[in-house]
Amino acid sequence: MGEIFVVVEHRKGEVREITYQLLWKADDLCRKLSHTLTAVLFGGKDEALLGAVRERADQVIVFEDEQVKNYNGDLYTELLVRLLNEHRPFLTLMGHTPWGMDFAPSLSVRTGYPLATDCVDILVENGRPKAVRQIYTGKIFSRVGFKESEGYLITVRSGAFPIDKAGEHKGEVVKKDMPADLPAARRQFKAFEDTGAGAIDITQADLLVSIGRGVGEADKISIMQELADMLGGVLSCSRPVVDKNWLPKYHQVGTSGKSVKPKVYLAFGISGAFQHVAGISGAGCVIAVNKDKKAPIFRVADYGVVEDLFKVAEALKAKKA
Amino acid sequence: MEIIVCVKRVPLTQEVDLEINPQKTDVRKDMLAYSINEWDNYAIEEAVLLKEKQGGNVTAVTVGTEEDEEVLRRCLAMGADKAIRVDPGNLHLDSVGVAKTLSQVIKGMPHDLVLTGVQADDLNEGAVGTMLAEMLDLAHAAVVREVKLDNGAATVRVELEGGVDEVSQIKTPALLCIQTGINEPRYVSIMGIRKAAKKELKVVKVEDLGLSQEDMAPWTTVEELYLPPETEGAEFIEGDPATVAEAILRILKEKGVSK
Repeated sequence: MGEIFVVVEHRKGEVREITYQLLWKADDLCRKLSHTLTAVLFGGKDEALLGAVRERADQVIVFEDEQVKNYNGDLYTELLVRLLNEHRPFLTLMGHTPWGMDFAPSLSVRTGYPLATDCVDILVENGRPKAVRQIYTGKIFSRVGFKESEGYLITVRSGAFPIDKAGEHKGEVVKKDMPADLPAARRQFKAFEDTGAGAIDITQADLLVSIGRGVGEADKISIMQELADMLGGVLSCSRPVVDKNWLPKYHQVGTSGKSVKPKVYLAFGISGAFQHVAGISGAGCVIAVNKDKKAPIFRVADYGVVEDLFKVAEALKAKKA
Repeated sequence: MEIIVCVKRVPLTQEVDLEINPQKTDVRKDMLAYSINEWDNYAIEEAVLLKEKQGGNVTAVTVGTEEDEEVLRRCLAMGADKAIRVDPGNLHLDSVGVAKTLSQVIKGMPHDLVLTGVQADDLNEGAVGTMLAEMLDLAHAAVVREVKLDNGAATVRVELEGGVDEVSQIKTPALLCIQTGINEPRYVSIMGIRKAAKKELKVVKVEDLGLSQEDMAPWTTVEELYLPPETEGAEFIEGDPATVAEAILRILKEKGVSK
């Protein structure tokens, strides 16, 4: 009997959804393997945070210290190295999030435990985990094996697992003090800043006309804006459009932008990277227009059109004119 | 200011039909076009911008074959001062192996800042950068979308989920994993690449780095690649653009969003 660790992620006093997804999978594996589930919580003194995690784990190891009230990669890594050496958990699950990506690889180097990142499923065969990943812009799945090790590390893609429901556990709380010999962090948290506010609110629209990399150039944006206006919709976009400065960030749909819930989401030239798709799970109906029949967007769309997006856009305009 | 940027050449897989090789360990790459990894393109641009502001040198490093020198020449054309290619020979390196290789090379060079892309477009592991930071014992930040340098420290803006940024201060020397959109990478002309041909491009063999066979053994291995499971997926609307447009307008009306 061993342990499975889940590293809790929280921001502004709220447990992040990815944590509940990690706890769901950890619970599933613990039942199959007769392991126990230990959640590790770095945070200030916060009963609500602790309560939410307790209901979903057999044990919660908690560091209630102002130094880790906000994410700190140096301290997370240092404290986790010590915990992993002490407990030697079979598996440690973390989010494949900006923070998980920041400390999980460090943890792997420090402990020598092999790491698979951005995983969408976890299997255990003959006492060793295997991870399922998506590669080459989501077009290919990959099953990854690990070298033999005492413990294994996995970061999990957001949305890969359902959210664990509260209530089944009443985890034992183990409070830990910050070790006296903790090295000083080289990184200091300053502030959170919201970059999402802007002239329009894409989260309130019933119809989103959304554009991606396939639009090709900045000059073409106006064609799609006109189409959005003619259809009575709001123009939104995927990440590459914002990266190239074709539209301001408040138009962006996806994990680093906004989650939207329109009745209809009309996607033009959007390939459907998972970070984008995660932002449209609340859409009533998704219609995707893309030249690439193998584009991942067609796996989540209700309707698909394999065609040059401008031909469809112009035809729509002609019908509405 | 000495800045080192780690870059990778990757196949372009959007709008391409991919075929899995007979061993099921990779896709067939003989028909694919290649380019610099998108994240690395932003990283090299950021390095050159910082150099232009602060002075200093930019060195681009890649682990790869002779063909991969193409991306180094591109970096030189963008403003890097020199480039290093580490030839892995017959070794198949995973993220840890690549990070160890880079770390051996960079250890021997002055470095105030090491930049990598957040992840590579092919396998999207996003692990090499922070593994490298740990091996070099550098402070680091992942998913950086703004860098401001100020006397022994960097103020970085880390992109979190939901349109929220984390602003943090980290001590330099540091390693930063650069996110797309941080800048506007400059255009590289064929002429520019030709001009940069005079700049130094050094080749180092991985066996000369003092790493043992055991050091380079992968920690993770691809066991099998397969195509995504068939899902129900989209119902495809067939026909010419006018027919398609009519069908789309009909759906909008059904869903009650027709103007």
